[in-house]
Amino acid sequence: MRYLPKSQSDRETMLREIGAKSIDDLFAAIPAEYRVKGDLDIPRSYAEGEIVDFFRQRATESAQGYATFLGAGAYSHYRPLVIDSLISRGEFFTAYTPYQPEIAQGTLQSIFEFQSMICELTGMDVANASMYDGSTGAAEALMMAARVTGRSKSAVAATVHPEYREVITTYARYQGMPVSTFGCAKNGRVDLDTLALAIDDDTAGVLIQSPNFFGTIEDVAAIAEIAHDKGALLIVSIAEAISLGIVKPPAEADIVSMEAQSFGVPLGFGGPYCGVMATRERFVRQMPGRLVGEARDRNGKRGFVLTLATREQHIRREKATSNICTNQGLMALMCGIFMTVYGREGLKELATQNLAKAHYAAEQFKKSGATLLFEGAPRFNEFVIETKTDPYAINDKLLGQRIIGGFPLKKFYPELSNASLWCCTETTAKASIDAAAKEVAL
Amino acid sequence: MNLNEKIRKATTHISQNEGLIFEKSSPGKKGYKLPPLDVPEVDPAELLGEQAREDLGQMPEVSEIEIIRHYTRISTWNYAVDHGMYPLGSCTMKYNARVNEYVARLTGLAEAHPYQPERVTQGALRILQMLSEQLIEITGMDAITLQPAAGAHGELTGILMVRAYLESRGNPRKKILIPDSAHGTNPATAAMAGYAVENLKSNAAGMVDMASLEAQVNDDVAALMLTNPNTLGVFEQEIHKIADVLHAKGALMYMDGANMNALVGKVRPGDFGADVMHLNLHKTFSTPHGGGGPGSGPVACKKILEPFLPTPVVITKKDGTLGFDYNRPQSVGRVRMFYGNFGMHVRALAYIMANGPEGLRLTTEDAVLNANYIRKKLEGIYDLPYSTPTMHEVVFSDRLQTPKGVKTGDIAKRLIDYGFHPYTVSFPLVVHGALMIEPTESESKEELDLFIDAMKSIAEEAEQHPEIIAEAPHNTRISRLDETMAARKPVLRWKPPAAAAGK
Repeated sequence: MRYLPKSQSDRETMLREIGAKSIDDLFAAIPAEYRVKGDLDIPRSYAEGEIVDFFRQRATESAQGYATFLGAGAYSHYRPLVIDSLISRGEFFTAYTPYQPEIAQGTLQSIFEFQSMICELTGMDVANASMYDGSTGAAEALMMAARVTGRSKSAVAATVHPEYREVITTYARYQGMPVSTFGCAKNGRVDLDTLALAIDDDTAGVLIQSPNFFGTIEDVAAIAEIAHDKGALLIVSIAEAISLGIVKPPAEADIVSMEAQSFGVPLGFGGPYCGVMATRERFVRQMPGRLVGEARDRNGKRGFVLTLATREQHIRREKATSNICTNQGLMALMCGIFMTVYGREGLKELATQNLAKAHYAAEQFKKSGATLLFEGAPRFNEFVIETKTDPYAINDKLLGQRIIGGFPLKKFYPELSNASLWCCTETTAKASIDAAAKEVAL
Repeated sequence: MNLNEKIRKATTHISQNEGLIFEKSSPGKKGYKLPPLDVPEVDPAELLGEQAREDLGQMPEVSEIEIIRHYTRISTWNYAVDHGMYPLGSCTMKYNARVNEYVARLTGLAEAHPYQPERVTQGALRILQMLSEQLIEITGMDAITLQPAAGAHGELTGILMVRAYLESRGNPRKKILIPDSAHGTNPATAAMAGYAVENLKSNAAGMVDMASLEAQVNDDVAALMLTNPNTLGVFEQEIHKIADVLHAKGALMYMDGANMNALVGKVRPGDFGADVMHLNLHKTFSTPHGGGGPGSGPVACKKILEPFLPTPVVITKKDGTLGFDYNRPQSVGRVRMFYGNFGMHVRALAYIMANGPEGLRLTTEDAVLNANYIRKKLEGIYDLPYSTPTMHEVVFSDRLQTPKGVKTGDIAKRLIDYGFHPYTVSFPLVVHGALMIEPTESESKEELDLFIDAMKSIAEEAEQHPEIIAEAPHNTRISRLDETMAARKPVLRWKPPAAAAGK
C-alpha cells in the first residue's frame, strides 16, 4: 500500500521488539467472535490513475460546464487562482487546530485577519473562527440569544432560507425553544406589523436574512427597533456575502450569522462551506466557536492564541456554549484570501457587477412577459419572477442549451406555484441571460 | 550546556518576518481585475437607495505578489503532517493523499450546485451512494447519513435519532451515560439534545466498570455514549455485555467513532452491538484537518433507527437513476443545509478506493503496531498508568517527571524544539498529567525512532536540567505566549493604530 511507509522487515523487527509473535497478538483484546474474517466487501485497491479516471467520469455526469442561474444559498463566483495555490500548501491544509501556538502562528494569524475582516464588513465588534455553515450558525445564534437574554422563544422570518429554518426546527425541538414565524409584505420585506405580533416578552431572538431568500434587502434598522423594543436580540443572517460590498452592513443587529461561501469557497455540491458568527463585544462570552486573540510572548513579541476557551466543550463539557469542536478552518482561510484579493475597492466593484447583471436580467425577463414579484424594495443579485408556464418546464428547455434555470419556489412555498428565484453573478454571461429571457416568455 | 545537542530531527533556519495584511495595505493597490461588464452599468446608490454602502473601511488593498508572499511566509510558521509525525492522541493526524485533493477539485464536482437537477447530477449522487455503501460495510451497520459536518455534529445527529426512536416508543427518557474518559463533545452533545449527563466510572483496567454500568442503567437512561477503543487506547473487551446490559433495559449504545482507525477491517461496531455511531472522515478516512476543519461526521445506524435519519437520503429511483428522498415522516429533520461536506465525501471515497480491503486492514495493523512500539520503548521512562493492551494510541503520565517540576505541558513544549508536534496534553482527564500519543500508520520506523529518542532525551533533561524544559520551546519564532492576559483583555480583531490607541 503506497501510503504506508514500512517494509515487511520493518514490521517484523518492530513486532520482535514489542515481543509479539504476530500482528494478531496486538488485536487479542478484541473478542475472537467479533473479528472480521477475511476481507471487507469493498472494491479492490485502485491505482492513482484509475482513481482519477473514476472521478473524472463522475464529474462529467455532474453538469460540468453548464451555465447556472441558481443561487438560493449557494453562489457561483469566480475563485481567484491564488486561493487554491495558497491553501494547497501542506503547512496549511495538513495542520491541526492551532492548540500549540508556537508552531501554529500561520493558522492563528490568518484566522485573526479573517475575524478582523468579517468585523469590518459586518459592522460587528468580534467574529469567531467559523461555524459549520449558515444554517447551523443561524440555529446556534438563536440559542446564543436565549443564553444572553435568559428567555426561551425565537421568531424567524419566513424569508429566511427554508433549509436554515428546517435546521433551526431540528435544533430547537429539544432546547425547549418554541419558534414562531412571521411573513413578508408585498415588496418582499418583513411585514413589520406581523413581526410585532410575533414577538413577546419571552422572545430571545428575532432572526431575519438580508438579502432574504427572495433576494430582497431588508430594512434592518426598522426591524431592530421593533425587536429591541421588546428586549429581544436581532440576528441577521447573510447568505450572499458579496452583498456586503455595496449593501449597508447590518450594524443595528446584535448577532450576524453569515454563510461566507461566496468568498472563494467552491459550490462543491453544497459543502464544505464557511459559517461565521459575529457579535457585540458584550456578548462574546456567550458566543460559540473558536476565537483567536492577540497575545505577547516572554520577550514582548506579538503572537496569536486561541482564547476565551472556557466557553468551549473541551473545558466546560455539558455546560459549554455549544458542542462544536472541528469547524471549517480551511474554508475560513479561503475566505480570508478572497477578501484580501478583492479588498476595499474590489469587493465594491465585484458587488456592483453582480447588481448590474441581476438588474439587466430582471429587466429582460420583464420585457419577455414574465412578472417580477416583490417589487418596491431594493434587491442585490437575486430576484423572483412569475411565469405563465411551470418553471420546471422552462428549466427543462434551458437544460438542452446547457443552462440551469432559476430555482422553482414551489418546493418550499407551494403558494408561489409558478414563481422561480434567479441569481446572476459576475460570472453570468449576457448571452445566457438573453437565452433565458426567451424561454421565460413562454 | 548546548540546548540543541541532542536534537536530531530539526535545525533552526531563517524564517521570514511578516506583519498583518492590514499593515501592508495602501490605497490604490490591487490584487484583482474584473472583466469588462457586458451589460449596462448601474448606479448602486440609485438601485439601493438608503441601503447603499458608503465604503469598506479598513479592508486591505494589496497586490497579488504581496498576497502570495504574505500567506506563504506565515504558512512557514506552522508545523504540519507534511513536516513529520503529528502524534496528537484522538486526532488521527495521518497522511493526506494528494489524489484526494486533485479529484475533489475536478470542475464538475467542485462547481456542482446543490440545487441543480438530479438528472444532470448523477455523478455526484453516485459518489454519495458509493461512499455510503462502503462505510456501511466498514462499520457493519445498516444505514447511514453523510449530512453531519463534523464529529460533534454527527454525535448530535445520532443522539437526536436515539431520542426520536425512544419517543416513537412512548418515552424519550432523561439521561445519557458518559464514561469519565470521554471527549468533551459527548456531554456537550447530550446537553444540546436535551438530555442530562450522568458520569460512568472506569475500572482499574481503564474500561467501563460493569458493576457501575449495571447499577446505573435504568428506565431513565436513553443511551450510553461510548468511545471504543476509548481515549486510553483500550478496547472495551466486554463490549457485547455492555450492549446487552443497555438493551435489556431498552437503552441504546451510541459509539463515538473517533478511534475507528484502530478497528477498520479488523472488527465492525455493528457486529459487537453498537446501535448508532459517527465516523470522523477527517480522522480515519484521511480528509485533511485544514488547521481546524472542515470535517465530516457521517452517522451509521442499525435498521431500527433508519426511519429517523436526517432528510434527505440518497435512493435509487424506479427508473434506476439516483435521487434524494425527502419524504421521511419520522426523520429527526435536517441537521445541515444541502447534503453535508461533499468535498470531504469525495476525498474519503478516493482514500477507500486507494486502499481496498487489504490496504485498510494493513493500515489499521500499522497504526496499532506503531502505538505498541512506542509504548514498549517508552514504558518505564514515562509512567504507564494502565497496563491494559494498547490499540492505536498510548497514554502515559508525567508522574516520573513531576518531582523535578516538569509537567506534561512542559514536555510537550520541549518536544517542539526536537522537531515534533506535541502529543495531546492533559487528556483524557482520568489520567492525571496525561501524555496521549497516537502515531497513526503514517510513520516510518525511522520517524518513530527519532520520536522515541527525543522523548528519552527529554526525560533525561527532566532529571538533569529541568529548567530547560520549563522554558521550552527555545527554537521557535515566539516563546510561550501569555494566554491568561490574552483571555483577560481580549484583542480579537485588528484596528488601525489610531483607533486602537484611542480605545
